[in-house]
Amino acid sequence: MLDSLLAYPQALLGPLWPVVWTLVKIMLIVAPLMLCVAYLTLWERKLIGYMQIRKGPNRVTFFGIRWLGGWAQPIADGLKLLVKEVIIPTGSNKILFVLAPVMALGPALAAWAVIPFSPELILSNIDAGLLYLMAMTSLGVYGIIIAGWASNSKYAFLGSLRSAAQIVSYEIAMGFSLVGVLMASQSLNLAEIVKAQQNSAGAFGWFWLPLFPLFITYLIAGVAETNRAPFDVAEGESEIVGFHVEYSGMTFAVFSLAEYSAMILISTLTAIMFLGGWLSPFPASWGLIGTGGFGWLFAKIFFVASLFLWFRATFPRYRYDQIMRLGWKVFIPVTLVWIVVLGAWMQTPLWIWWK
Amino acid sequence: MMIQSIRKFFNTFLLFELLKGMAVTGRYLFARKITVEYPEEKAPQSPRFRGLHALRRYPNGEERCIACKLCEAVCPALAITIESEQREDGTRRTTRYDIDLTKCIFCGFCEESCPVDSIVETRIYEYHGEKRGDLIYTKPMLLAIGDAYEEQIAQDRAADAKYR
Repeated sequence: MLDSLLAYPQALLGPLWPVVWTLVKIMLIVAPLMLCVAYLTLWERKLIGYMQIRKGPNRVTFFGIRWLGGWAQPIADGLKLLVKEVIIPTGSNKILFVLAPVMALGPALAAWAVIPFSPELILSNIDAGLLYLMAMTSLGVYGIIIAGWASNSKYAFLGSLRSAAQIVSYEIAMGFSLVGVLMASQSLNLAEIVKAQQNSAGAFGWFWLPLFPLFITYLIAGVAETNRAPFDVAEGESEIVGFHVEYSGMTFAVFSLAEYSAMILISTLTAIMFLGGWLSPFPASWGLIGTGGFGWLFAKIFFVASLFLWFRATFPRYRYDQIMRLGWKVFIPVTLVWIVVLGAWMQTPLWIWWK
Repeated sequence: MMIQSIRKFFNTFLLFELLKGMAVTGRYLFARKITVEYPEEKAPQSPRFRGLHALRRYPNGEERCIACKLCEAVCPALAITIESEQREDGTRRTTRYDIDLTKCIFCGFCEESCPVDSIVETRIYEYHGEKRGDLIYTKPMLLAIGDAYEEQIAQDRAADAKYR
Protein backbone atom coordinates (compact mmCIF):
# COMPACT_ATOMS: atom_id res chain seq x y z
CA MET A 1 0.00 0.00 0.00
CA LEU A 2 2.70 2.42 1.08
CA ASP A 3 4.80 1.53 -1.97
CA SER A 4 2.05 2.36 -4.44
CA LEU A 5 1.31 5.56 -2.55
CA LEU A 6 4.95 6.59 -2.76
CA ALA A 7 5.35 5.69 -6.45
CA TYR A 8 3.88 8.97 -7.65
CA PRO A 9 6.11 11.43 -5.73
CA GLN A 10 9.05 9.14 -6.48
CA ALA A 11 8.48 9.51 -10.22
CA LEU A 12 7.87 13.24 -9.84
CA LEU A 13 11.02 14.07 -7.92
CA GLY A 14 13.35 11.64 -9.67
CA PRO A 15 16.90 11.84 -8.32
CA LEU A 16 15.83 14.23 -5.53
CA TRP A 17 13.56 11.56 -4.08
CA PRO A 18 15.99 9.90 -1.59
CA VAL A 19 16.84 13.29 -0.09
CA VAL A 20 13.18 14.28 0.29
CA TRP A 21 12.18 10.87 1.64
CA THR A 22 15.00 10.94 4.22
CA LEU A 23 13.94 14.43 5.30
CA VAL A 24 10.36 13.21 5.69
CA LYS A 25 11.57 10.32 7.83
CA ILE A 26 13.70 12.67 9.95
CA MET A 27 10.64 14.86 10.47
CA LEU A 28 8.64 11.81 11.47
CA ILE A 29 11.17 11.17 14.23
CA VAL A 30 11.93 14.74 15.31
CA ALA A 31 8.37 16.12 15.44
CA PRO A 32 7.00 13.50 17.87
CA LEU A 33 10.26 13.77 19.79
CA MET A 34 9.76 17.51 20.29
CA LEU A 35 6.23 16.81 21.45
CA CYS A 36 7.60 14.25 23.91
CA VAL A 37 10.12 16.82 25.15
CA ALA A 38 7.32 19.33 25.72
CA TYR A 39 5.20 16.86 27.62
CA LEU A 40 8.19 15.54 29.55
CA THR A 41 8.46 19.00 31.11
CA LEU A 42 4.81 18.76 32.13
CA TRP A 43 5.26 15.21 33.48
CA GLU A 44 8.31 16.40 35.39
CA ARG A 45 6.36 19.15 37.11
CA LYS A 46 3.43 16.83 37.74
CA LEU A 47 5.52 13.97 39.14
CA ILE A 48 7.64 16.20 41.35
CA GLY A 49 4.44 17.91 42.45
CA TYR A 50 2.89 14.56 43.39
CA MET A 51 6.00 13.62 45.35
CA GLN A 52 5.70 16.91 47.24
CA ILE A 53 2.01 16.16 47.96
CA ARG A 54 0.97 18.85 45.47
CA LYS A 55 -1.08 18.52 42.31
CA GLY A 56 1.28 20.26 39.91
CA PRO A 57 0.12 22.37 36.95
CA ASN A 58 -3.59 21.80 36.41
CA ARG A 59 -4.95 25.13 35.16
CA VAL A 60 -3.92 25.84 31.57
CA THR A 61 -6.26 23.96 29.31
CA PHE A 62 -7.45 23.72 25.71
CA PHE A 63 -10.72 25.52 24.91
CA GLY A 64 -11.63 25.76 28.59
CA ILE A 65 -12.18 22.02 28.95
CA ARG A 66 -11.82 21.35 32.67
CA TRP A 67 -10.53 17.76 32.64
CA LEU A 68 -7.72 18.69 30.27
CA GLY A 69 -6.35 20.98 33.00
CA GLY A 70 -2.57 21.30 32.70
CA TRP A 71 -2.30 19.73 29.25
CA ALA A 72 -1.78 23.08 27.52
CA GLN A 73 0.93 24.11 29.99
CA PRO A 74 3.92 23.11 27.79
CA ILE A 75 2.35 24.90 24.81
CA ALA A 76 1.83 28.04 26.88
CA ASP A 77 5.38 27.86 28.26
CA GLY A 78 6.81 27.40 24.78
CA LEU A 79 4.78 30.31 23.44
CA LYS A 80 5.92 32.51 26.30
CA LEU A 81 9.58 31.74 25.67
CA LEU A 82 9.08 32.24 21.94
CA VAL A 83 7.79 35.79 22.28
CA LYS A 84 10.27 36.84 24.95
CA GLU A 85 13.12 39.08 23.95
CA VAL A 86 16.43 37.45 23.03
CA ILE A 87 19.08 39.57 24.70
CA ILE A 88 22.48 39.32 23.05
CA PRO A 89 25.19 40.79 25.31
CA THR A 90 27.13 43.69 23.77
CA GLY A 91 30.57 42.16 24.14
CA SER A 92 29.54 38.71 22.97
CA ASN A 93 30.50 36.92 19.80
CA LYS A 94 27.06 37.15 18.25
CA ILE A 95 27.28 34.32 15.76
CA LEU A 96 28.68 31.81 18.23
CA PHE A 97 26.30 33.06 20.91
CA VAL A 98 23.30 32.12 18.78
CA LEU A 99 24.98 29.03 17.37
CA ALA A 100 25.77 27.52 20.80
CA PRO A 101 22.23 26.38 21.73
CA VAL A 102 21.88 24.83 18.28
CA MET A 103 25.20 23.04 18.80
CA ALA A 104 23.84 21.66 22.05
CA LEU A 105 20.53 20.54 20.54
CA GLY A 106 21.80 19.22 17.19
CA PRO A 107 23.78 16.17 18.40
CA ALA A 108 21.02 15.19 20.84
CA LEU A 109 18.63 15.01 17.87
CA ALA A 110 21.12 13.53 15.39
CA ALA A 111 21.70 10.56 17.69
CA TRP A 112 18.13 9.42 17.05
CA ALA A 113 19.10 8.34 13.53
CA VAL A 114 20.41 4.98 14.75
CA ILE A 115 17.81 4.23 17.43
CA PRO A 116 15.88 1.04 16.60
CA PHE A 117 12.25 1.66 17.53
CA SER A 118 11.21 -1.84 16.57
CA PRO A 119 12.92 -4.63 14.54
CA GLU A 120 12.05 -2.91 11.23
CA LEU A 121 11.80 0.71 12.30
CA ILE A 122 15.27 2.27 12.14
CA LEU A 123 16.16 5.39 10.18
CA SER A 124 19.68 4.16 9.52
CA ASN A 125 20.71 0.69 10.60
CA ILE A 126 24.48 1.19 10.61
CA ASP A 127 26.89 -1.35 12.03
CA ALA A 128 28.84 1.20 14.07
CA GLY A 129 25.69 2.51 15.75
CA LEU A 130 27.12 2.51 19.25
CA LEU A 131 30.25 4.32 18.09
CA TYR A 132 28.09 6.91 16.31
CA LEU A 133 26.09 7.42 19.49
CA MET A 134 29.24 7.91 21.56
CA ALA A 135 30.44 10.48 19.04
CA MET A 136 27.13 12.33 18.97
CA THR A 137 26.59 12.48 22.73
CA SER A 138 30.18 13.75 23.12
CA LEU A 139 29.57 16.55 20.63
CA GLY A 140 26.92 18.11 22.87
CA VAL A 141 29.65 19.49 25.12
CA TYR A 142 30.74 21.87 22.34
CA GLY A 143 27.48 23.77 22.67
CA ILE A 144 28.19 24.33 26.34
CA ILE A 145 31.80 25.45 25.88
CA ILE A 146 30.87 27.75 23.01
CA ALA A 147 27.96 29.20 25.00
CA GLY A 148 30.27 30.02 27.88
CA TRP A 149 32.94 31.53 25.72
CA ALA A 150 30.66 33.50 23.40
CA SER A 151 28.80 35.10 26.32
CA ASN A 152 31.94 37.11 27.16
CA SER A 153 31.09 36.81 30.84
CA LYS A 154 33.41 35.29 33.40
CA TYR A 155 30.53 33.60 35.21
CA ALA A 156 29.25 31.95 32.07
CA PHE A 157 32.79 31.01 31.09
CA LEU A 158 33.65 29.41 34.42
CA GLY A 159 30.25 27.73 34.47
CA SER A 160 30.80 26.27 31.03
CA LEU A 161 34.22 24.93 32.02
CA ARG A 162 32.67 23.34 35.07
CA SER A 163 29.88 21.72 33.07
CA ALA A 164 32.25 20.63 30.33
CA ALA A 165 34.62 19.02 32.82
CA GLN A 166 31.70 17.22 34.43
CA ILE A 167 30.34 15.93 31.13
CA VAL A 168 33.74 14.81 29.84
CA SER A 169 34.49 12.99 33.12
CA TYR A 170 31.25 11.07 33.10
CA GLU A 171 31.61 10.29 29.43
CA ILE A 172 34.51 7.99 30.35
CA ALA A 173 32.47 5.98 32.84
CA MET A 174 29.65 5.89 30.31
CA GLY A 175 31.98 4.68 27.57
CA PHE A 176 33.28 1.88 29.80
CA SER A 177 29.71 0.80 30.55
CA LEU A 178 29.09 0.60 26.82
CA VAL A 179 32.26 -1.48 26.41
CA GLY A 180 30.58 -4.01 28.70
CA VAL A 181 27.45 -3.93 26.53
CA LEU A 182 29.35 -4.51 23.34
CA MET A 183 31.33 -7.35 24.94
CA ALA A 184 28.12 -9.03 25.99
CA SER A 185 26.29 -8.48 22.71
CA GLN A 186 29.30 -8.92 20.41
CA SER A 187 28.03 -6.11 18.21
CA LEU A 188 28.04 -2.34 17.80
CA ASN A 189 24.77 -2.42 15.89
CA LEU A 190 21.94 -1.32 18.18
CA ALA A 191 19.38 -3.65 16.63
CA GLU A 192 21.82 -6.54 17.11
CA ILE A 193 22.33 -5.49 20.73
CA VAL A 194 18.60 -5.75 21.35
CA LYS A 195 18.39 -9.08 19.56
CA ALA A 196 21.26 -10.42 21.69
CA GLN A 197 19.07 -9.86 24.74
CA GLN A 198 16.27 -12.02 23.34
CA ASN A 199 16.13 -15.41 25.05
CA SER A 200 13.79 -17.64 26.98
CA ALA A 201 14.44 -15.90 30.33
CA GLY A 202 12.28 -12.88 29.43
CA ALA A 203 13.11 -9.79 31.47
CA PHE A 204 15.91 -11.69 33.24
CA GLY A 205 17.63 -12.33 29.95
CA TRP A 206 18.22 -8.65 29.35
CA PHE A 207 21.62 -7.14 29.99
CA TRP A 208 20.67 -5.27 33.17
CA LEU A 209 21.21 -8.49 35.11
CA PRO A 210 24.67 -9.66 33.98
CA LEU A 211 25.84 -6.06 33.59
CA PHE A 212 24.12 -4.77 36.74
CA PRO A 213 26.98 -2.52 37.99
CA LEU A 214 27.40 -1.15 34.49
CA PHE A 215 23.65 -0.55 34.23
CA ILE A 216 23.61 1.47 37.46
CA THR A 217 26.77 3.30 36.47
CA TYR A 218 25.34 4.11 33.06
CA LEU A 219 22.11 5.39 34.56
CA ILE A 220 23.82 7.64 37.10
CA ALA A 221 26.47 8.79 34.62
CA GLY A 222 23.58 9.57 32.26
CA VAL A 223 22.02 11.81 34.89
CA ALA A 224 25.35 13.59 35.34
CA GLU A 225 25.91 13.73 31.58
CA THR A 226 22.64 15.57 31.00
CA ASN A 227 23.36 18.01 33.86
CA ARG A 228 20.27 16.87 35.71
CA ALA A 229 19.67 16.95 39.46
CA PRO A 230 21.45 15.91 41.66
CA PHE A 231 24.34 16.81 39.34
CA ASP A 232 22.82 20.08 38.12
CA VAL A 233 25.53 22.48 39.21
CA ALA A 234 24.99 24.28 35.90
CA GLU A 235 21.63 25.64 36.96
CA GLY A 236 21.57 25.61 40.74
CA GLU A 237 20.16 29.13 40.95
CA SER A 238 20.43 29.38 44.70
CA GLU A 239 24.12 28.61 44.98
CA ILE A 240 25.93 28.75 41.66
CA VAL A 241 25.80 30.33 38.20
CA GLY A 242 25.86 28.13 35.11
CA PHE A 243 26.94 28.53 31.50
CA HIS A 244 23.59 29.89 30.34
CA VAL A 245 23.38 33.00 32.56
CA GLU A 246 23.44 35.34 29.58
CA TYR A 247 20.78 33.49 27.63
CA SER A 248 17.15 34.53 27.52
CA GLY A 249 14.01 33.85 25.53
CA MET A 250 14.22 31.32 22.75
CA THR A 251 18.00 30.83 22.93
CA PHE A 252 17.55 29.72 26.52
CA ALA A 253 14.57 27.57 25.56
CA VAL A 254 16.72 25.72 23.03
CA PHE A 255 19.16 24.86 25.83
CA SER A 256 16.41 23.34 27.92
CA LEU A 257 15.10 21.61 24.80
CA ALA A 258 18.59 20.13 24.39
CA GLU A 259 18.66 19.08 28.03
CA TYR A 260 15.32 17.34 27.86
CA SER A 261 15.95 15.65 24.53
CA ALA A 262 19.31 14.45 25.87
CA MET A 263 17.40 13.08 28.83
CA ILE A 264 15.02 11.18 26.56
CA LEU A 265 17.98 9.97 24.51
CA ILE A 266 19.80 8.63 27.57
CA SER A 267 16.58 6.96 28.72
CA THR A 268 16.20 5.38 25.30
CA LEU A 269 19.78 4.16 25.26
CA THR A 270 19.37 2.67 28.72
CA ALA A 271 16.18 0.97 27.54
CA ILE A 272 17.84 -0.40 24.42
CA MET A 273 21.13 -1.54 25.90
CA PHE A 274 20.11 -2.76 29.33
CA LEU A 275 16.34 -3.19 29.37
CA GLY A 276 15.85 -5.11 26.16
CA GLY A 277 14.68 -2.33 23.82
CA TRP A 278 11.49 -3.33 22.07
CA LEU A 279 11.40 -6.83 23.64
CA SER A 280 8.50 -7.80 25.82
CA PRO A 281 9.22 -9.08 29.35
CA PHE A 282 6.47 -11.66 28.93
CA PRO A 283 6.61 -14.94 26.96
CA ALA A 284 5.43 -14.75 23.35
CA SER A 285 2.46 -17.01 24.11
CA TRP A 286 0.79 -14.15 26.05
CA GLY A 287 -0.57 -12.59 22.88
CA LEU A 288 -0.48 -8.83 22.52
CA ILE A 289 1.57 -7.96 25.61
CA GLY A 290 3.90 -10.88 24.82
CA THR A 291 4.93 -9.48 21.45
CA GLY A 292 7.68 -6.91 21.38
CA GLY A 293 7.29 -3.58 19.62
CA PHE A 294 7.46 0.17 19.90
CA GLY A 295 4.96 0.16 22.76
CA TRP A 296 7.35 -1.75 25.00
CA LEU A 297 10.24 0.51 24.06
CA PHE A 298 8.11 3.53 24.85
CA ALA A 299 7.10 2.07 28.22
CA LYS A 300 10.75 1.47 29.10
CA ILE A 301 11.79 4.97 28.00
CA PHE A 302 8.97 6.40 30.09
CA PHE A 303 10.08 4.37 33.10
CA VAL A 304 13.73 5.46 32.88
CA ALA A 305 12.78 9.11 32.22
CA SER A 306 10.51 9.00 35.27
CA LEU A 307 13.47 7.67 37.26
CA PHE A 308 15.36 10.85 36.27
CA LEU A 309 12.51 12.93 37.67
CA TRP A 310 12.30 10.75 40.76
CA PHE A 311 16.00 11.38 41.43
CA ARG A 312 15.40 15.09 41.09
CA ALA A 313 12.54 14.97 43.59
CA THR A 314 14.62 13.00 46.08
CA PHE A 315 18.29 13.90 46.18
CA PRO A 316 20.00 17.09 47.29
CA ARG A 317 22.51 18.63 44.90
CA TYR A 318 26.09 17.31 44.89
CA ARG A 319 29.01 19.54 45.68
CA TYR A 320 31.24 19.95 42.62
CA ASP A 321 34.29 18.14 44.06
CA GLN A 322 32.00 15.28 45.11
CA ILE A 323 30.75 15.02 41.54
CA MET A 324 34.30 14.71 40.26
CA ARG A 325 35.23 12.23 42.97
CA LEU A 326 32.24 10.04 42.13
CA GLY A 327 33.06 10.09 38.44
CA TRP A 328 36.79 9.45 38.61
CA LYS A 329 37.32 7.50 41.80
CA VAL A 330 34.18 5.37 41.96
CA PHE A 331 32.57 4.87 38.56
CA ILE A 332 35.67 4.35 36.45
CA PRO A 333 37.17 1.72 38.82
CA VAL A 334 33.80 -0.01 39.18
CA THR A 335 33.28 -0.25 35.44
CA LEU A 336 36.86 -1.39 34.83
CA VAL A 337 36.54 -4.12 37.46
CA TRP A 338 33.27 -5.32 36.02
CA ILE A 339 34.68 -5.41 32.51
CA VAL A 340 37.44 -7.74 33.77
CA VAL A 341 34.88 -9.84 35.66
CA LEU A 342 32.71 -9.94 32.55
CA GLY A 343 35.64 -11.00 30.38
CA ALA A 344 36.42 -13.84 32.74
CA TRP A 345 32.75 -14.77 33.07
CA MET A 346 32.32 -14.99 29.32
CA GLN A 347 35.07 -17.61 29.11
CA THR A 348 33.16 -19.96 31.42
CA PRO A 349 30.08 -22.08 30.66
CA LEU A 350 28.18 -19.97 33.25
CA TRP A 351 27.74 -17.29 30.61
CA ILE A 352 24.35 -17.87 29.01
CA TRP A 353 23.73 -14.66 27.08
CA TRP A 354 25.22 -15.46 23.71
CA LYS A 355 25.73 -18.68 21.97
CA MET B 1 35.57 -3.37 62.98
CA MET B 2 36.08 -5.61 59.98
CA ILE B 3 32.41 -6.52 59.81
CA GLN B 4 31.45 -2.89 60.11
CA SER B 5 33.60 -1.80 57.19
CA ILE B 6 32.30 -4.69 55.07
CA ARG B 7 28.75 -3.66 55.88
CA LYS B 8 29.60 -0.07 55.04
CA PHE B 9 31.08 -1.18 51.71
CA PHE B 10 27.93 -3.06 50.73
CA ASN B 11 25.62 -0.32 51.95
CA THR B 12 27.50 2.16 49.81
CA PHE B 13 27.69 0.10 46.65
CA LEU B 14 24.15 -1.21 46.83
CA LEU B 15 22.99 2.43 47.14
CA PHE B 16 21.10 1.51 50.26
CA GLU B 17 20.53 5.01 51.61
CA LEU B 18 19.66 6.38 48.19
CA LEU B 19 17.00 3.70 47.78
CA LYS B 20 15.66 4.57 51.21
CA GLY B 21 15.36 8.20 50.15
CA MET B 22 13.61 7.21 46.95
CA ALA B 23 11.22 5.07 48.95
CA VAL B 24 10.18 8.15 50.91
CA THR B 25 9.41 10.23 47.82
CA GLY B 26 7.87 7.16 46.19
CA ARG B 27 5.50 6.78 49.12
CA TYR B 28 4.43 10.41 48.92
CA LEU B 29 3.73 9.98 45.21
CA PHE B 30 0.59 8.10 46.22
CA ALA B 31 -0.29 10.19 49.27
CA ARG B 32 -3.41 12.35 49.27
CA LYS B 33 -2.60 15.75 47.76
CA ILE B 34 -3.08 18.79 49.96
CA THR B 35 -3.26 21.42 47.20
CA VAL B 36 -5.99 24.02 47.79
CA GLU B 37 -7.27 24.99 44.36
CA TYR B 38 -7.63 28.63 45.23
CA PRO B 39 -10.48 30.37 43.48
CA GLU B 40 -12.74 27.33 43.92
CA GLU B 41 -11.45 26.22 47.31
CA LYS B 42 -10.23 28.44 50.11
CA ALA B 43 -8.15 27.72 53.18
CA PRO B 44 -9.97 28.17 56.51
CA GLN B 45 -9.48 31.52 58.27
CA SER B 46 -9.00 32.37 61.92
CA PRO B 47 -11.18 35.06 63.55
CA ARG B 48 -7.86 36.79 64.21
CA PHE B 49 -7.11 37.03 60.49
CA ARG B 50 -5.44 40.33 59.67
CA GLY B 51 -6.59 41.53 56.28
CA LEU B 52 -7.94 44.79 54.89
CA HIS B 53 -8.59 47.54 57.45
CA ALA B 54 -11.96 49.00 58.39
CA LEU B 55 -13.23 51.82 60.62
CA ARG B 56 -16.20 50.86 62.81
CA ARG B 57 -19.20 52.81 64.10
CA TYR B 58 -21.26 52.50 67.27
CA PRO B 59 -24.72 50.96 66.83
CA ASN B 60 -26.24 54.45 66.85
CA GLY B 61 -24.23 55.36 63.77
CA GLU B 62 -21.62 57.52 65.47
CA GLU B 63 -18.08 56.78 64.31
CA ARG B 64 -15.92 55.27 67.02
CA CYS B 65 -12.62 56.92 66.17
CA ILE B 66 -11.76 59.77 68.55
CA ALA B 67 -8.52 60.77 66.77
CA CYS B 68 -6.29 59.80 69.69
CA LYS B 69 -3.60 58.96 67.10
CA LEU B 70 -2.35 55.95 69.05
CA CYS B 71 -2.52 53.85 65.91
CA GLU B 72 -0.58 56.45 63.97
CA ALA B 73 2.06 56.45 66.69
CA VAL B 74 2.34 52.69 66.98
CA CYS B 75 2.35 51.94 63.26
CA PRO B 76 5.85 50.55 62.54
CA ALA B 77 5.54 51.21 58.80
CA LEU B 78 4.25 54.78 59.23
CA ALA B 79 1.32 53.86 57.00
CA ILE B 80 -1.36 55.82 58.89
CA THR B 81 -1.94 59.56 58.51
CA ILE B 82 -4.49 61.29 60.76
CA GLU B 83 -5.72 64.87 60.92
CA SER B 84 -8.38 65.97 63.40
CA GLU B 85 -10.49 68.91 64.54
CA GLN B 86 -13.12 69.68 67.13
CA ARG B 87 -16.66 69.11 66.01
CA GLU B 88 -19.52 71.51 66.82
CA ASP B 89 -20.70 69.30 69.72
CA GLY B 90 -17.28 69.64 71.34
CA THR B 91 -15.99 66.13 70.54
CA ARG B 92 -12.80 65.47 68.64
CA ARG B 93 -13.09 63.60 65.36
CA THR B 94 -10.79 62.85 62.43
CA THR B 95 -11.02 64.89 59.27
CA ARG B 96 -8.56 62.64 57.54
CA TYR B 97 -7.71 59.00 58.18
CA ASP B 98 -5.52 57.50 55.44
CA ILE B 99 -3.92 54.07 55.45
CA ASP B 100 -1.30 53.49 52.78
CA LEU B 101 -1.69 49.76 52.13
CA THR B 102 1.47 49.71 50.07
CA LYS B 103 3.33 50.54 53.28
CA CYS B 104 1.19 48.54 55.69
CA ILE B 105 2.73 45.28 56.93
CA PHE B 106 -0.53 43.99 58.48
CA CYS B 107 1.00 43.59 61.95
CA GLY B 108 -2.27 44.47 63.68
CA PHE B 109 -0.68 46.95 66.12
CA CYS B 110 -3.22 49.65 65.15
CA GLU B 111 -6.02 47.31 66.10
CA GLU B 112 -4.29 46.43 69.41
CA SER B 113 -3.65 50.04 70.30
CA CYS B 114 -7.15 51.35 69.59
CA PRO B 115 -8.92 52.22 72.87
CA VAL B 116 -12.38 52.29 71.24
CA ASP B 117 -12.07 49.29 68.87
CA SER B 118 -12.46 51.62 65.92
CA ILE B 119 -9.68 50.61 63.53
CA VAL B 120 -9.84 46.87 62.91
CA GLU B 121 -8.45 44.43 60.42
CA THR B 122 -11.05 42.34 58.63
CA ARG B 123 -10.87 38.98 56.95
CA ILE B 124 -10.88 40.56 53.48
CA TYR B 125 -7.78 39.71 51.48
CA GLU B 126 -9.06 39.76 47.91
CA TYR B 127 -8.62 43.37 46.84
CA HIS B 128 -6.29 45.07 44.45
CA GLY B 129 -5.21 48.40 43.07
CA GLU B 130 -4.37 49.03 39.46
CA LYS B 131 -2.09 51.97 40.17
CA ARG B 132 -0.15 52.97 43.23
CA GLY B 133 -2.65 55.53 44.53
CA ASP B 134 -5.44 52.95 44.50
CA LEU B 135 -4.05 51.34 47.61
CA ILE B 136 -4.20 54.48 49.75
CA TYR B 137 -7.45 53.94 51.62
CA THR B 138 -9.16 57.09 52.88
CA LYS B 139 -11.59 57.63 55.75
CA PRO B 140 -14.82 57.27 53.71
CA MET B 141 -13.50 54.04 52.13
CA LEU B 142 -12.54 52.56 55.49
CA LEU B 143 -15.88 53.53 57.02
CA ALA B 144 -17.69 51.96 54.07
CA ILE B 145 -15.84 48.68 54.61
CA GLY B 146 -16.73 48.84 58.30
CA ASP B 147 -20.39 49.41 57.49
CA ALA B 148 -20.50 46.59 54.98
CA TYR B 149 -18.82 43.98 57.18
CA GLU B 150 -19.88 45.13 60.67
CA GLU B 151 -21.65 41.84 61.42
CA GLN B 152 -18.59 39.72 60.66
CA ILE B 153 -16.25 42.15 62.43
CA ALA B 154 -18.39 42.14 65.60
CA GLN B 155 -18.57 38.35 65.54
CA ASP B 156 -14.82 37.99 65.23
CA ARG B 157 -14.20 40.47 68.08
CA ALA B 158 -16.65 38.56 70.27
CA ALA B 159 -15.01 35.22 69.47
CA ASP B 160 -11.59 36.57 70.40
CA ALA B 161 -12.70 38.68 73.40
CA LYS B 162 -12.05 36.02 76.04
CA TYR B 163 -8.37 35.72 75.06
CA ARG B 164 -7.64 39.41 75.45
